[in-house]
Amino acid sequence: MESNGRDAFRILHELDSLRAAKADIDSRISALEAELHHATLQNGVVPNGSSPVISTAIDSLLSDHHDHNLTPEMIHRYSRHLLLPSFGVQAQSNLLNSSVLVVGAGGLGSPALLYLAACGVGRLGIVDHDVVELNNMHRQIIHTEAFIGRPKVKSAAAACRSVNSTVQIVEHQEALRTSNALEIFSKYDVIVDATDNAPSRYMISDCCVVLGKPLVSGAALGLEGQLTVYNYNGGPCYRCLFPTPPPTTACQRCADSGVLGVVPGIIGCLQALEAIKIASVVGEPLSGRMLLFDALAARIRIVKIRGRSSECEVCGEKSTFTQQQFREFDYEKFTQSPLSPSPLKLNLLQADSRISSKAYHDRVANGEAHVLVDVRPAHHFKIVSLPKSLNIPLPSLEARLPEISSALKEEEERKGAGSDLSAQLYVICRRGNDSQRAVQSLHKMGFTSARDIVGGLESWAQDVDPNFPTY
Amino acid sequence: MQLTLEFGGGLELLCESVKVHNVNVDLQNGAEKLNMKDLLCWVRTNLIKERPEMFMKGDSVRPGVLVLVNDCDWELSGQLDTTLEEKDVVVFISTLHGG
Ligand SMILES: [Zn+2]
Repeated sequence: MESNGRDAFRILHELDSLRAAKADIDSRISALEAELHHATLQNGVVPNGSSPVISTAIDSLLSDHHDHNLTPEMIHRYSRHLLLPSFGVQAQSNLLNSSVLVVGAGGLGSPALLYLAACGVGRLGIVDHDVVELNNMHRQIIHTEAFIGRPKVKSAAAACRSVNSTVQIVEHQEALRTSNALEIFSKYDVIVDATDNAPSRYMISDCCVVLGKPLVSGAALGLEGQLTVYNYNGGPCYRCLFPTPPPTTACQRCADSGVLGVVPGIIGCLQALEAIKIASVVGEPLSGRMLLFDALAARIRIVKIRGRSSECEVCGEKSTFTQQQFREFDYEKFTQSPLSPSPLKLNLLQADSRISSKAYHDRVANGEAHVLVDVRPAHHFKIVSLPKSLNIPLPSLEARLPEISSALKEEEERKGAGSDLSAQLYVICRRGNDSQRAVQSLHKMGFTSARDIVGGLESWAQDVDPNFPTY
Repeated sequence: MQLTLEFGGGLELLCESVKVHNVNVDLQNGAEKLNMKDLLCWVRTNLIKERPEMFMKGDSVRPGVLVLVNDCDWELSGQLDTTLEEKDVVVFISTLHGG
């Protein structure tokens, strides 16, 4: 096992250095090609045999008749943009002179970054502190399997460079905080919020207001997505719409609620589009309006939202929100949730009402009479479950107590003729939070010996059965 | 009064996962108009099946819920005082944070 691990490490390492070398060579090739093209036009030396005279004529035509700075390579690369009457040379030049920052290289950031790199923004920044994981791959399409376990910023930057080596890609491999946000944001023209939590959304919006930057904000969860542009041309900021943060129980995460991969993909593409419109100064950005996407119903609705609120604490008329206040603002406290969400770890029970997954495993192996109740939702139970566990989702626990009583009785009868033997009652869930809530209510309802398995199925997979699937 | 009520962004989970409700809301005896304040009470009584605190706070919606009357933010039509008309479409949508 260990030498396999070392082999894999060595291979990954070599892949890394080869990829880095390839990226260097690619960018050198494109630079030389551009140089050659330019030199050819200037000197009339045409390697492929066409007439030098014609070439010189073209050269003089070009130098006389264009008033933009697009190089021949740029004209070729972006020709389909240049051919659009409503986009053309002017918008492409604007784009090439602009800079866009994407915060988050996840489900939204993946397609947004790829399109922004491809379309030729001048400078493209990426902020992320996370690493690529296997359960990201279904939606975070910028990353490839070879990058699992490595920083998302590195992976995303490599992908962007391989799409367009002429764009300046800036890696910000750090978590966005009030201590670094002002400095990072101030270097960009347009900010794209592709994060996944409430405190980041407030922090990013406030920072954009303080610095006067337009913000393209997208979100996706389950089978729905939302998109709007904040702080653009007198339009509202995030706080104008949501002055008070929602209760933490209303902030679902993809890791808990699930998300269909293509849904953030669609919203991320639309974020790229809005950023391109703002950066190139074309069209009407989605400010003062919000796009709501319902994937199941196949419906997109665009609604009119309120304008800038004069009462807004950050962008309103009476607001005095300064850079200094921004630096000192506690977004985690304000929203009651962490900036880098990690799974909740409750501790509701006394130690003697809990049992580790290992100890539970030993008791099962010893043939102890017991009933295991799994309180996860039914669709979780269908993914994977422990043998002989009884699925009673937490919300229906109270109504289904008789099932637990009869299961206990049955187990006692099955295990021994001895009447003094009582079957144990254990409760499990995914991570060990709902199981504690369940045990609390079981205690109240007379099942005083009920115990929960600490850390749930995740600890079972970690400490007992490494082959047990995690999700 | 015939209305179409829609729930999204997870709020549909509070009404048995049904997103679109075509409903008939009777005016209180004597009342001539229905406003959003009346409608919220009606929704809470008739459609919300669990965790009402995830829908309302005080006599309005909880923070993080956008209310749209005919695809327009209710802030622009008078919030709780917005008067509803026959066949109006009211959308309640929870803001999403995921990505
Ligand atoms: Zn504001």
